Formats: sequence, C-alpha cells, structure tokens
Amino acid sequence: MTLTSVTRWDEFMEGIWRQNPLFVMVLGLCPALAVTVSAVNALSMGLATTFVLTCSCVLVSLLRKLIPKEVRIATYIVIIATFVTVVDYLIQAVSLALYDALGAFIQLIVVNCIILGRAEAHASKNPLLPTLINALGMSAGFTIGLFALGSVREILGAGTFFGIPLFGPDFQPWVVMVLPPGGFFVLGAWLLIFAAIARRKQRKLAEATQNA
Amino acid sequence: MTSAAIPPQTTSAVAMIRTLGLIAALCGLIIVSAYQGTYDAVQENKRIAVERAVFKVIPTAKSIVEYAAAPIGTIVKVGAGGTAPNAVPEGAVKFYAGYDASGKLSGIAAEGVAKGYSDNVRILYAYDPATAMISGFGVVAMRETPGIGDKILVDKGFLASFPLQASLSADGAILSREIVTVKHGSKANPWEIDAITGATITSRAVGRAINDSAKRLLPRIVPRISELKEQP
Repeated sequence: MTLTSVTRWDEFMEGIWRQNPLFVMVLGLCPALAVTVSAVNALSMGLATTFVLTCSCVLVSLLRKLIPKEVRIATYIVIIATFVTVVDYLIQAVSLALYDALGAFIQLIVVNCIILGRAEAHASKNPLLPTLINALGMSAGFTIGLFALGSVREILGAGTFFGIPLFGPDFQPWVVMVLPPGGFFVLGAWLLIFAAIARRKQRKLAEATQNA
Repeated sequence: MTSAAIPPQTTSAVAMIRTLGLIAALCGLIIVSAYQGTYDAVQENKRIAVERAVFKVIPTAKSIVEYAAAPIGTIVKVGAGGTAPNAVPEGAVKFYAGYDASGKLSGIAAEGVAKGYSDNVRILYAYDPATAMISGFGVVAMRETPGIGDKILVDKGFLASFPLQASLSADGAILSREIVTVKHGSKANPWEIDAITGATITSRAVGRAINDSAKRLLPRIVPRISELKEQP
C-alpha cells in the first residue's frame, strides 16, 4: 500500500474504531436506544443515517467555499433536512412496515448530532475525497454500533435473529431487553467492553514503555 | 448603513442571502424530485397495506371497495370510479366493503382508534351484516408493551369474545347495547369483551375503539345495506 492509501484507510477506520460515534464519542443516542429493538430496525436506521450523513457531507464539502461562515449552521441544517426528507420518502417506498417500525426517528435523523458535527468539524474544511472517506467511516461505525445493540436486544428479548427463531419454542424471551430499559442495559454492557479493551491496551502500552 | 461602515472582512449581506437562496433552491429541487420519484411506489404500498389488513379480517373477501358514509343518508364510493379521496363529504366515516368471488357482500371493515397503554391503538374490525355481529379485528398500528399489550392478537380467552353482538336499537339510531370490555372471566353477554389479565388497558382500548367507531358507522350503513349487497 502506498502512503496515501494507508492514511485513507486509517481515516476510514477512525470512524469505526478510535472515534466510533456510538461507543467512543457516545453521540446519537436517541435513535441508538429507541429503534434498536431488532437487528433489522437497527440496520435500517444505520443505513438511513449513512445515506443522510454521506450525502450531506459531500454537498457541504462541495459548497464549502460558497458558504459564508455567518450562515453556515442554517445552511447545514437545510442540507441535512433535505436528505432526511429524501430518505423518509425512500423508506416509505421500500416498506411501510419498516417505516412504521422506525416511526418518528426517521425524521429525527435531522437532529442527530453526529451529522451536524461531521458537517461542521470535517466536511466544511476538507475537499471531497477525505470528506467522503470520513463520512463513510463514521456511518459504518454508527451502523455497526446500532447493529451491535439491535442484535443483542433481539436475541435476548425476542429469541430471534433477523426474525429467525434461535432457541426453539421453550425459550422464555427476556422482554425487558426490547423495552426502553433494555436499550440502556445493552448499551452499558457494550461501553463496558469497549472501556475494558481500551484500558488493557493502555496498560500494555505503559508496560512496553517501562520495559524499554 | 453605508458601505464604508462595514469592515472589509465581513461577508456582505447579498452574499449570505445569495448562498442561502441558492442552497434552498437546490434542496427544494432534490426534495421535489424525491417526492415525485417515490409517489407511485408509496401509494401502491399504502393500498397493499390496507388490502392486506382488510383481507385478514374478512377472510372470505376477494376484492375490496372503499366507501364513505355521510352523516345524513348517503353512502359514496371512494377512489377509482367514485369520489376522489379528498372530496369525501365532511364528517363522513370511511369503511371498506369486501366482496367474495361471485361479487356478493361478504363483510364490512372499518377502522377504530382508542388510547392504549402507550400511544393510540389503531384497529380494523369486521362487521358481518348477515348476523349483525363484529366477527373479529386486526391491528393496524400499536406501540403496546411487547409480551403484554400485544397479547390482544394471540390470547385465546380474549379472542373467544368474538363474534360480538352489534345490533341496532329499534329506531336504528344507536347500538342496542354498547360494546364494553369487562374484567377477565366475567363476560356474560354477547356484547362484552373478556379482558386479558395484566393487559386490561390494551383490552379496553380494543373495546372502546370498536364501540366508538361502530356506534357512528353502523346506524348510517345498516338501513342502506341493500345498496352494498352487490359489487359495483
């Protein structure tokens, strides 16, 4: 790999791992807790957010020299709201059942702080290609995070995965997992795992420097 | 304000308005094309969703016609070959008539709404004009607690309450008996729904949704049921 492709890959991985919007930055919790009752819902929400985040960041990046800084927030919100409306219609066209399941949280993508945060912190200062890579990385990180929540909640709370029964008819579903408190339990557990990994890495690094 | 008073590094008002205007126009274009592009698919999805729900509550139906019953007397057909959906008379109640393969009326379906445990419970119930009974119901949308409120779809005791008596009073203006949800195990009459223990609020919502809708709809359509007997 050349140097540029390494940095690009690094930039992409940043959203998935080091700067994961859900597990590291702990942003976008409203959809993360509300719609992740099943793997399908979580994945759809992740893909909808991916579409909005990527399209808005690309447009913001393309127009960045045109947008005066005094009106930048208003501009970003208009751009984000546009793509949220587009994704709203697209989901209705694909499946009404999915649209009902995601409910108001589709429209609420417009206030997802990850998207405005990316537009302001990254897309407004970078050319198209780095913006696209960063946006895709962040979206992938968010989607993976939602999927991690959704699959655990569906498996424990309904005994199914993508609607396929896993444990046979005798399984008594752990209903609390698909209720709002379950969202907090599962998110807490994932944060704990991530924190433990980060801590272990730190300790190893400290030991390595001490030995050196 | 004169132009000399504006420091050189400030963006001019014209530039700001131009940018906002340009972006608003661009975004407007994107939204309108998305709306136009998905309109047919969305309408088709909505129609399929309604049909699927009606076929579920009237299993013998093979085709569906949408009607609206106006407060005084008239029943108008809505949609293809009838009144446009936005021209339905004010105060009219929408309902669906299901017809079997030979074009005979096999049942009437209508929507009812009542407040459940969390948010509204929207149901579609079926009325059988031959027996003057509510033969069953299906859920259109609800956000009831999984594993508790959603038992209304599977609980055997609850579903055994159907068919429910929904006959009209002698003058045809009201239901002879209001449909009510009663405590689990105390159902004694054909117009009562046996509540589910632990899901009383959702059970009551179903009863109220059916009752509120039926007492508005049935007095309007029962006297004119002969108009609906054959598929138009």
